[in-house]
Amino acid sequence: MPQEISLTIDNTQVNVPEGTTILQAALNAGIDIPHLCYDPAWGLPPTSSCRLCLVELEAAGSLVPSCSHPAAAGMVVRTDTEKLRQTRRMVIELLLSDHPHDCLTCDKAGKCDLQKYAYQLGVKQPSFPVDPIPIEPVQDGPAIVYDRSKCILCGRCVQICQNLQISEAIDYLGRGFDTRISLPPGQSREQSVCTECGNCIDVCPTGAMSYAAAEGAGREWELETVPTICPYCGCGCTILMNIRKNRVVQITSHPDLGINKGLLCVKGRFGIDFISHAERLTAPLIRRDGKLVPATWDQALDLVAQRLLTIKNQFGPDAIAGLASAKCTNEENYIFQKFIRAVIGTNNVDHCARLCHASTVVGLARAFGSGAMTNSIEDFEVTDCIFVIGSNTTECHPIIGSAIKRAAVQRNAPLIVADPRAIELTEFSTIHMQQKGGTDVALINAMMNVILAEDLADKQFIAERTEDFDQLCKAVEPYTPEFAEKITSVPAADIIRAARIYAQAPAASIVYSMGITQHTTGTDNVLSLANLAMLTGNLGKPGAGVNPLRGQNNVQGACDLAALPNVYPGYQKVDNPDLQAKFEKAWAAKLSPKPGLTVVEIINAAAQGKLKAIYIMGENPMLSDPDVNHVEKALKNLDFLVVQDIFLSETAQLADVVLPATAFAEKDGTFTNTERRVQMLRAGLEPPGQSRLDWDILCDLARRMGYPVSYDHVSQIQDEIASLTPIYGGITYDRLTHQSLQWPCPDADHPGTPYLHKGRFTRGLGKFHPVEFIPAKELPDQDYPFLLSTGRILEHFHTGTMSRRSEVLDELVSVGAIEINPADADRLAIADGQNVRVASRRGQIEIAARLTDRVAPATVFLAFHYREAPANRLTIAALDPIAKIPEFKVCAVSIQPA
Amino acid sequence: MPGEKSASVEEIDVSAARKIAAGHRAQGNSLVTVLQDVQTEYGYLSGEVLEAVAEEMEVPFSQAYGLATFYSSFSLQPRGKHHICVCMGTACHVRGAANILEKLERDLGISSGETSEDLKHSLESVNCLGACALGPVVVVNDAYHGKVSSRDVDKIVADLE
Repeated sequence: MPQEISLTIDNTQVNVPEGTTILQAALNAGIDIPHLCYDPAWGLPPTSSCRLCLVELEAAGSLVPSCSHPAAAGMVVRTDTEKLRQTRRMVIELLLSDHPHDCLTCDKAGKCDLQKYAYQLGVKQPSFPVDPIPIEPVQDGPAIVYDRSKCILCGRCVQICQNLQISEAIDYLGRGFDTRISLPPGQSREQSVCTECGNCIDVCPTGAMSYAAAEGAGREWELETVPTICPYCGCGCTILMNIRKNRVVQITSHPDLGINKGLLCVKGRFGIDFISHAERLTAPLIRRDGKLVPATWDQALDLVAQRLLTIKNQFGPDAIAGLASAKCTNEENYIFQKFIRAVIGTNNVDHCARLCHASTVVGLARAFGSGAMTNSIEDFEVTDCIFVIGSNTTECHPIIGSAIKRAAVQRNAPLIVADPRAIELTEFSTIHMQQKGGTDVALINAMMNVILAEDLADKQFIAERTEDFDQLCKAVEPYTPEFAEKITSVPAADIIRAARIYAQAPAASIVYSMGITQHTTGTDNVLSLANLAMLTGNLGKPGAGVNPLRGQNNVQGACDLAALPNVYPGYQKVDNPDLQAKFEKAWAAKLSPKPGLTVVEIINAAAQGKLKAIYIMGENPMLSDPDVNHVEKALKNLDFLVVQDIFLSETAQLADVVLPATAFAEKDGTFTNTERRVQMLRAGLEPPGQSRLDWDILCDLARRMGYPVSYDHVSQIQDEIASLTPIYGGITYDRLTHQSLQWPCPDADHPGTPYLHKGRFTRGLGKFHPVEFIPAKELPDQDYPFLLSTGRILEHFHTGTMSRRSEVLDELVSVGAIEINPADADRLAIADGQNVRVASRRGQIEIAARLTDRVAPATVFLAFHYREAPANRLTIAALDPIAKIPEFKVCAVSIQPA
Repeated sequence: MPGEKSASVEEIDVSAARKIAAGHRAQGNSLVTVLQDVQTEYGYLSGEVLEAVAEEMEVPFSQAYGLATFYSSFSLQPRGKHHICVCMGTACHVRGAANILEKLERDLGISSGETSEDLKHSLESVNCLGACALGPVVVVNDAYHGKVSSRDVDKIVADLE
């Protein structure tokens, strides 16, 4: 702890820790000193360039910039003397000398720091007016506009780009009056490293950086600001919806709010406009004579109730299944599974977590007893080493990606990346191991082989906290680095170096995602990583852990709240009679003890005719599931399909009844992010047309099916969840209004759990599982010589239902492309941008080629966002035997010029 | 357009720039020093060359570009085979440097700051070369011409190959 010192600011005695700047000391004491180039809230180093924050030191009689000058014991500081006011007025006058005086029509008016200080200091006309050379604002991409005439060259945007976002895209260019902020000129947007995150807009103190679409849409005092949670990835960033006339004008952020501390990515900042898209569903639809036609709620819900009851009576409850949604709130998922379990009477409920992290939930539960991210996002600020495997973090979880980059760049924490592609993080990595797709077990086993051979294991941790260590030793013994090199094609020397760096770090964090889980060996991969972490004692402490990054905003919550076929909320097993009795009592219904079907099993059962009806809430299996030709046949084979969504998705187009639901911006509730953090979202908009809250629709339907259930407000559902779910036991609506909480949080006094397994694993002892390398199900051969891997890109999300209806995101990337190594393209005479035909044993698509050495020769990569070229027409529905997750990451394809 | 013959038209070999940067980096020298030597090697700093230097020095491309545009001694356009500098400092100015520059612009068909399309000539005005006693001063490549008159300009231009 630094020593406390005492100084006097404007006759007030102020005590602060040594090392505090004068500005910070003054702000702490409630004394405001004008400042422009520096904003302490962002935690960026001061540049002392604007000279507005000068203060007078009595002893020296001199003026010093308070933003960078450290407070000292006994110092006497004056912040508001006539001399200072004169100096500050001069600063503002100089800034205003070539600044347009168009505050009347400037969008920043009311929120502009320059305007604020000119007002405070009474600057009416600059004393040194310069005839400004008219300069047109520059708009490089679809979103960000730079108006050089309004720029005061404070450099905040450059700083945030370089030091927080770590894109390093913009800098000062030129000199004198010609100085401006810019991307390197001549670079097209695609060539530039700018990710269009727009964080430069939020830090800009004037109107120089702005969002094109927000121009003229409303000023500070006309906008209502509603904080809520971003609906895209699992990071769970806090966003501020700036609303005018029931429309979100702009998304902003604030450094004091949320896990993102003010940073946002291109999707969170510019990709929200889908909520007011003209294609939003506004009325229930019923299929009549093969066509979906508008109907009333009564007609639609009565029809659904009657059809579901008929099917239930005729074929039994297990002939019906439900797909819940990782896009919906915790409360909605809770109600959904309650509806399926208590009203229908089956455990056939699952959701898309099956397609992303089912192997995590199963694998980590077996090894540790809890299948979630062990540590927190904040831990990347203290970790000593990060091992990223199978996660393209900067594109799929951009805010966490930036945190990892900061650790590597600013703290020199070693970054080990294992990925078949040369993803952006490899530019920052100490080692990049470019393993062949589907060979992760061999790679991780070899790292453990090195750790054991070189005596780098944490023996005390193994002895005190784990079991079955001997079995692990036996299993990894044959996996020498040389042997693994043959399987993975990663040089043995790199494996050895990576193993040493990881094992020797005091606290090392493993980060992984779909590259690990979406394999027929997904559970094995997860178990291997769990082994590696236990072997080195990297669990139960800050900065360590096994950290699966969840793909969707609320996929963690949908799992927690039991949109899964084998558990009740809080992972309480359905085949446990005591738990069954507990929920039967709470829900006043007879429940089935038989675990239900998983996503792919549901589709298969539908195809076989065993399943008669499916109720889908906010999912789009027609694009998201493997082998979509098969999915289409299965859904068409159903007697009855209900889809509840905000758009007429590819799946909804096949439905018998479509129910219009509400988007995140229109509802209250909670989301649980990837680090188990339960956060409140707040309604800011009125839902369009007749659309209704998801839980409200489900409760109405339940009543029509003879099950009395009703809630006045989502807080009542939250209370019911807390009463039945031990890990959510202390997470009440009241507490969430002023904080967020990480589960487990068993009671109202519990502060939440930033990292799991401290002192004791959830299952008691951590369990080592011996894992053998098994090749992927379908490998390239003569007919299909390329290995296809699928995934996401930064600008789009999943099946594109949301992101492709965003103007900015669609303009950034409007068509898909398959990544091909230039050497392969050369051989096949394929030019960049040329259309190619990609075929697998299950289907074929046509799509443009993008030549890039991000992918290794003989491998190709395709995002699954595009309905016009669905990657999942190619993928294989081969499943991991335990977690039932499909192998999205490896299948064999052929490629020909189209 | 003069000066627009950008580097991207023909492939530029950036290996020399990489070598220079690597050498300086090993000695812990600053980016400015590297850019000076790289400009000497290539005659100017193209986008490709700057990108290679930035990569080699492990600094952001944006920062290398920013630096190159800050100092007027760095040129982002290809310079001509003959690079002509006209001093416009006070001493040269009072002795008619403006007329000299104007005549050069007319005779070469390019404005100050431009390069001729055939990459033969480039023209630049500078603020002071520190050779005030010799004013007006014109520097062609590294050769100084003092007390230059309009007639001398004809001779200077005629001598350029």
